[in-house]
Amino acid sequence: MPGPESATPLQAASGGVSGAAREPLIRARGLTKKFGTFVAVDAIDFDVAPGEAFGFLGPNGAGKTSTMRMIGAVSPRSGGDLSVLGTDPDKNGASIRARLGVVPQLDTLDTELTVLENLLIYGRYFDLSYAEARSRAMELLEFVQLNDRASSLVEPLSGGMKRRLTIARSLINEPDLLLLDEPTTGLDPQARHLVWDRLYRLKQRGTTLVLTTHYMDEAEQLCDRLVVMDKAKIVAEGSPRSLIEQYSTKEVLELRFPVGVQETLDGQLDGLGERVEKLPDRVLIYAADGEDVAAAAHERGLRPETSLVRRSSLEDVFLRLTGRSLIE
Amino acid sequence: MTGSAVTHVLPFGSRHSVHILERNRFIFRRGWMVIFSGFFEPLFYLLGIGFGLGSLIGTVAGPDGSQIPYAVFVAPALLATASMNGAVYDSTNMFFRLRYEKAYDGMLATPLNVGDIALGEVVWALGRGALYGLGFLAVMFAMGLVPSGMGIFALPASMLIGFATAAAGLVAVTFMRSWQDLDLLFVVTLPLFLFSGTFFPITTYPEPLRTIVEFSPLYRGVDLVRAMTTGVIGFTQLIDVLYLFAMGLLFVFIASRRMGKMLLK
Ligand SMILES: Nc1ncnc2c1ncn2[C@@H]1O[C@H](COP(=O)(O)OP(=O)(O)OP(=O)(O)O)[C@@H](O)[C@H]1O
Ligand SMILES: [Mg+2]
Repeated sequence: MPGPESATPLQAASGGVSGAAREPLIRARGLTKKFGTFVAVDAIDFDVAPGEAFGFLGPNGAGKTSTMRMIGAVSPRSGGDLSVLGTDPDKNGASIRARLGVVPQLDTLDTELTVLENLLIYGRYFDLSYAEARSRAMELLEFVQLNDRASSLVEPLSGGMKRRLTIARSLINEPDLLLLDEPTTGLDPQARHLVWDRLYRLKQRGTTLVLTTHYMDEAEQLCDRLVVMDKAKIVAEGSPRSLIEQYSTKEVLELRFPVGVQETLDGQLDGLGERVEKLPDRVLIYAADGEDVAAAAHERGLRPETSLVRRSSLEDVFLRLTGRSLIE
Repeated sequence: MTGSAVTHVLPFGSRHSVHILERNRFIFRRGWMVIFSGFFEPLFYLLGIGFGLGSLIGTVAGPDGSQIPYAVFVAPALLATASMNGAVYDSTNMFFRLRYEKAYDGMLATPLNVGDIALGEVVWALGRGALYGLGFLAVMFAMGLVPSGMGIFALPASMLIGFATAAAGLVAVTFMRSWQDLDLLFVVTLPLFLFSGTFFPITTYPEPLRTIVEFSPLYRGVDLVRAMTTGVIGFTQLIDVLYLFAMGLLFVFIASRRMGKMLLK
């Protein structure tokens, strides 16, 4: 019986030869996931183009992981249409998974095996020869800077090392589509930058990336396009830049007042900037020019403890869209 | 398409199951010593009960009714039990993998399906049972406890027992939630061990108890292995083989369904 590669209905790899109008690599229409009566993903629509880096941004419980698992052909959908690599994951799961790389939210490393064995056997799951699996494993260990831990068991590795191993493992089959569920959560800044750098290189090589994240900077660094999810729905879509332009202002003025003062300010902030957002610990004022607003506030006699002008970020977009901050 | 189409036609398992064996071999290479526990347990029973108690009992009625030494009667039953225990012991590993480890989730992100995992694990358990069986069978031959040349077929017979009981064990652990629940496995295997015609012929049971015992998988296994080592083979052994084979297939199927429910939510 031929391997999954030989006669699959899947379309050509992302770096396809023809310049013909490209089908999206992932296409979801009305995609829905229910757990019992609870709706975790509520009729969402999106397309991911070949070669694109696409992000799902949203708070805890928004439905990001549920969506990723449906794309990864390990969770049957409850409704709607979904096509991944040109075919239906509920019907041709194995042939889709043969071409995916998956970094799940929680590491699923094989803790009974060593670092190298994890990569070798994973290669075997994808029907690579041992020789091929070994040579790719060596390269990948280098790629994620774990070569000196090859014969270590998985358990004693640090969280960041496990994460890097998971990323290396997801690349063993040279996937056309890489699914990354919160790839850098829990990593220290150094490890995070290493991962970003590696993902950026993959993107350069034409690998399509789909990732979820809580982190604005991650989304801004890596994503060409993203959707903001909240309460099982997509609430906005666009490039990081265009979302900021659409839902926020160029700059933000952050004011912190001494304890107890912020509550007494009612009315005094009205009319400053384009929009005022009161958070429990600070006030955000959205404006094209933050310094102007800071000066205006000073004229009104406001004396904040600290005053900071910064560029608007996706965090502000999220706040605007949902009225809540992204990381509670 | 063909690969996955075939996988869809089969109720469980595909050629990918082989990779589960390869995975377990990695682990086995480091921990092959465990094989001894599975070998010595039946040996101690054989020395203590087969020969020790056997010296008081003398002979019992064998499968064809003729009198045979007690050790010759008990040894094949111990072989069958060792296969069962080895397989059930392996299913506790699967419990760990299913509940506490995420390795199965990792496998399911590849072309492997739940059926591949279930079949691969059961075949592995069977192979391990066969290793125990081989060692013990060699001891039986050496001690002159195998009157028939057909005795070598006790090995495939014990593999069949391993297949059926590993599959049943895998189904059982999919229902278990904690380590304490694993004790339930021994609540089942111990009475099976004691009452499946292992230590005394089931003709000593009154009806309907006797009929009930005849439905026990270990009884079918003991009957099969004893028939091979004593060379008294008949139609009943066909039933034994069919029973155990069908039981294995059915339980692998159920196990892969259960694992699908647990892991592919
Ligand atoms: N197996 C399950 N059974 C029942 N409910 C579930 C299951 N998996 C997820 N949910 C629920 O579905 C909702 C969405 O969960 P999901 O894991 O997709 O969120 P998420 O956006 O990935 O969140 P996080 O940022 O915390 O990872 C949550 O309310 C969660 O409790
Ligand atoms: Mg999640």
